[in-house]
Amino acid sequence: MSKESNSGIPTDSEVILGILNNSESVLKRLYVAYFPMVLQLVINNNGSGDDAKDIYQEAIIILYNKVKTGDFELSSKLKTYIYSVCRRLWLKRLSQIHRYGGDIKDFEEYLSVDDETEKNNERDIQFNKMGDALKLLGEPCKTIIEDFYINNRSMQEICESFGYTNADNAKTQKYKCLQRLKKLFFQQK
Amino acid sequence: MSDNQLLEVIDKYLNGEMTKEERARFEILRNENAEINAKVAEHKHFTGLIKQYGERLELEKRLNAIHSEIDVQALEEELMIHPSWIVQLWRNHHSKISVAASIAIFAALCTLFFTGYLNNRETNYVKLSREVDKIQKTLNSRGTNLNPHPKIDNPGNFRGTGFAISSNGYIVTDNHVIKDADSVYVQSIDGKSYKAKVVYSEPQTDIAVLLITDPTFKSLGAIPYSLKKTESDMGENVFTIGYPGDNMVLGPGFLTAGTGYKGDTTAYQVSIPVNPGNSGGPLLDNKGDLIGVIDAKQTRMEGAGFAVKSTYLLKTIQDIPADSLKKPLTINYKNGLASLNRVQQIKKMQNYVFIVKVYNQ
Repeated sequence: MSKESNSGIPTDSEVILGILNNSESVLKRLYVAYFPMVLQLVINNNGSGDDAKDIYQEAIIILYNKVKTGDFELSSKLKTYIYSVCRRLWLKRLSQIHRYGGDIKDFEEYLSVDDETEKNNERDIQFNKMGDALKLLGEPCKTIIEDFYINNRSMQEICESFGYTNADNAKTQKYKCLQRLKKLFFQQK
Repeated sequence: MSDNQLLEVIDKYLNGEMTKEERARFEILRNENAEINAKVAEHKHFTGLIKQYGERLELEKRLNAIHSEIDVQALEEELMIHPSWIVQLWRNHHSKISVAASIAIFAALCTLFFTGYLNNRETNYVKLSREVDKIQKTLNSRGTNLNPHPKIDNPGNFRGTGFAISSNGYIVTDNHVIKDADSVYVQSIDGKSYKAKVVYSEPQTDIAVLLITDPTFKSLGAIPYSLKKTESDMGENVFTIGYPGDNMVLGPGFLTAGTGYKGDTTAYQVSIPVNPGNSGGPLLDNKGDLIGVIDAKQTRMEGAGFAVKSTYLLKTIQDIPADSLKKPLTINYKNGLASLNRVQQIKKMQNYVFIVKVYNQ
């Protein structure tokens, strides 16, 4: 298979360092290196290319977060880890859509990774709630919140780009927006 | 300090925009005021969530950008496990194949049905003898050492029915009943067994004539039924009595054809539900005339039986060489049953119908 001949597979420690340093090129090499493996798993087990993409990105995000939070211990090859996580996620997805026939065609070794996918699931729920709350918040609140808390822009910049006459108005606006966002967020089930 | 202002201070504090002094002052405030402390923690958590959410979106965007550079289509082509062509053929066309197969099976069944293939092609002609113990017979024929303790009260390897045709002990049965016999016994309705020997047998018509040779045997008395010299007609009400099991059983019915199995002119077909063991029994008409000897049965046609015509029985008896007859064989043509009803007929004739037991070691 081509994945073996694909030059530029990053070594496992390269990947970890790359993620910690936010290296775009390492992320890309990592992504390109192992995607075929996951694609093979999914499309040969009742899935499509898009399913493979979802599953694979979820696994990369799990890996990414674990490395970032510093609790990632590489106890096996990174390839095996990614495969195991994808396999676990795909099995879960299959049983959710009632297409799981009881066995799965495997292409690699794998380990048990149950609790990691569980943890990620909880975080996903929180993020989905946040996304929905931001959508409901509407403009200009959404942009103000995003600019301030996500993009780390100063109140001065925000004030200028929104044409507020003084920074205090902007601050009051931001405060109201944040209160509403909290309300929307915690209202969701 | 209003909430608005407090939050601004907290934002500043969390973003590290405070001067050293401000920071120190705020930390003292935080330590002293639990409410403010809780607010700081809560705000930190919530804004952290917003930040992480933003990072997640960013990461997903990056991943999607990378993904869009991969030619998924080509990879899929390459990585899909292609099953063999026959499996693919089945997957792509299984509905059509199924329909075609069902039509083919249906058509074949219809053809078979309308051509009569399913009805009677393989009807088997079986002799009515009961094979009591086939395995034992095989063992016995190979030598007694395989069975060192043969049972004394051996019920006989074959059994059939027979009936007397003369008062001095001549009995008629089917040839296939006594074929290959070493010894033959006949048992009357009162349970008495008599040794008999085969006087004559005719495989062609499947008739055999036995003579009771047992010293304990005395005369049977006048035979109540007469032997009919002409052929009977279709539709005639007929009956047989015989020993399909250990007890005598009446088999009533009609004469349903003037010929036997596959147009055999020496036999009748009757609608009597004959069982194995009926072979050799007498076939009588309403008047008590003996019109045949029950012979065999088509297994696939329930309720159909066959009987050798009395005319052929007569012919067979006449063919017996004179020196085979130890005692004179006088055939009874006088009918003592004609005026009686069925119950009385049977009562009168039941003493003249026997179980034929055959032993061959």
